[in-house]
Amino acid sequence: MKSTKAYPTRQPVDRYASDLSPSVQESVYNASKLKTEARVDALQRDFADPDANRRLAGAIKQHTLDHLDTYLEQAESSLRENGAAVHWASDAESANQIILGIMQRNDCRRMVKSKSMVSEETELVPFLEKNGMEAVETDLGEYIVQIDHDHPSHIVTPIIHKNRQEIARSFEREGLGAYDDDPTVITRRARDYLRSKYLEADVGLTGANFVSAESGRIVLVTNEGNARFSMAAPRIHIALVGIEKLVPKDRDLSLFLSLLARSATAQCLTVYTQFIGGPRHRTQRDGPEKMHVVFLDNRRTEVLSGDCRKILRCIRCGACMNVCPVYRQASGHAYRGVYPGPVGAVLSPLLKGKEFPELADLPKASSLCGACNEVCPVDIPIPELLLRLRNRAKHEHVSLAARGTPSMGIWARAASSPGAWKTALSAGRLLNVVPHGFLNLSSPARAWQSSRKLPPFRGGAFRKWMRERNPPKNGVPSPDRKSEPDS
Amino acid sequence: MKDRDTILKRVRDGLAETPERTPYPEYDPACAVMRQPHEFSSLWELFAWRMKSVNGVPLHGWNALGDFLRERALKFGYCDPEYTEAIAAVCGSLDITERFDRNDLDRYEFGITAAAGAIAETGTIVLTDAATRPRLAALAPWIHIAILQEDDIWPDSPTALKRLGDDPSVIWVTGPSKTADVEGILIEGVHGPGVQVCCVV
Ligand code: SF4
Repeated sequence: MKSTKAYPTRQPVDRYASDLSPSVQESVYNASKLKTEARVDALQRDFADPDANRRLAGAIKQHTLDHLDTYLEQAESSLRENGAAVHWASDAESANQIILGIMQRNDCRRMVKSKSMVSEETELVPFLEKNGMEAVETDLGEYIVQIDHDHPSHIVTPIIHKNRQEIARSFEREGLGAYDDDPTVITRRARDYLRSKYLEADVGLTGANFVSAESGRIVLVTNEGNARFSMAAPRIHIALVGIEKLVPKDRDLSLFLSLLARSATAQCLTVYTQFIGGPRHRTQRDGPEKMHVVFLDNRRTEVLSGDCRKILRCIRCGACMNVCPVYRQASGHAYRGVYPGPVGAVLSPLLKGKEFPELADLPKASSLCGACNEVCPVDIPIPELLLRLRNRAKHEHVSLAARGTPSMGIWARAASSPGAWKTALSAGRLLNVVPHGFLNLSSPARAWQSSRKLPPFRGGAFRKWMRERNPPKNGVPSPDRKSEPDS
Repeated sequence: MKDRDTILKRVRDGLAETPERTPYPEYDPACAVMRQPHEFSSLWELFAWRMKSVNGVPLHGWNALGDFLRERALKFGYCDPEYTEAIAAVCGSLDITERFDRNDLDRYEFGITAAAGAIAETGTIVLTDAATRPRLAALAPWIHIAILQEDDIWPDSPTALKRLGDDPSVIWVTGPSKTADVEGILIEGVHGPGVQVCCVV
């Protein structure tokens, strides 16, 4: 925390950024930049009008949220028809208790876990361990986070902040073999070790990327195959699912899967896409005899009733963090919540409820450049939502959020006027090259700027396509234009 | 039950003030089908091209599979009883078993199981619980060989969604298991197969 003294007015996010070691900063910056470029290429190559698909997906998700009561009840009855037991948890504690209860009733001691952000939210693993259960993360990145007692810094690539030397040292410490930082060796060692864990486990826990209300199918995507293993060896499957994960029908899935894979990792489809409609088939020898689904609220209903409902469309692709200049500088831990980056800057403070002030600075950790909105596969107007939260912080007189930021007036004007917005975008770049002394910045603005080096702005592509392409097809309702700063 | 009613009530209350609820958009799921770089003469051609692009191994006919098994000097593996005869005919030197022992996963160099379908658009193999048995034999060995009837290659993902049927575990497989978690470097064969083969017969 050395730098807190030197820059007393700075935001926590800035402090994290300047305390990062150069190697972490480089890892995060390079990886996220590469991903953004690959994503744009994949979408442009494969679709005539990728932006129309993005808006369509946003409209389907918005429709689902606007009718969530109906879809939740429909999903519940479809899941039951499929032979799954359905549980409801209003908060993290209740979700953890339900899962512990299932394990105890079925004489289970060991769990293998596939990646699930929701289980990070409920802090399931430490809870189970405290109650005498073993729970092992099986996603390679999450496993490394677990043995290091660390936290994921990205929702798709949890160890984007670590380099291979650090990982090799952790493996050596855990007794997985002598120091070797060859990524192939690291991966093989994890493969061998985790196989024994799958076979010993009684329970496989997964999240869900989507749940079809129509068929009750849980849809899960992984590249590594850990979710498949977690559902091939253990005898019980538990899926922990946020209530916002629903989509109306099976037919909607090709659109969402195509956008998710491209936005997250520039793939056409993730390697394994699983459609789970209940316990194993009667002719099948491997796989769960029982399936449980736990629907988690944990303040999502609060978000649903507020003016940031659109953030619940999020399909957790990670594209907004990859493209975000602030995320690239500060890395994920600066956001101090389960969800980093632009999505986290909106969602994390909201999920805090009464403790909103603790994270009220996050909505300010953005240059409002609009890049997050442009890449978002469900067209969430993140900058607009950030402004709403800034307002809320101002009205609630939250001191953390007011500290060290240029006055609200500048942002409000920039965001509401297209001309000023564009100037602000290019000025964002200028700030990097113009000596600070030439800029007549107020002292908070200077502190804000001193730790930020903005990468060249790479957004704008979608807006350009939109102008060049034909009017939206497929009868998609026109999106909320207020969210388009330059329209 | 208490939590269920609380949550549903909160949802209803939260939605009550919504002035205008977004309607379900009318659309054709074909909008999610990707365009291909050029024309292909058959679904098999497209499927094979796409599968290769994700580092999968598409093979046509039992003889091609026999060559593959010999070239790799494979010795021992699991085979679905349905196919043991055909395999023995093209590669007599193999030691194949119709039993998969979960306590000895690493003994099997390969697993040969059925696929229920394939998606040409993306080079994807479709496994189902009813057709692909046992689950572990298609997942644990380093090489998984899926046997597919040529008629079961479907054009695109919307078509494949229509064929989900009532199977409790449909899995779309697009290439070998992989990760880029360590410094973004691509490594194949994490928890699942490092080599993914599909043999069309
Ligand atoms: S907000 Fe949009 S871009 Fe960000 S993770 Fe969610 S879906 Fe992806």
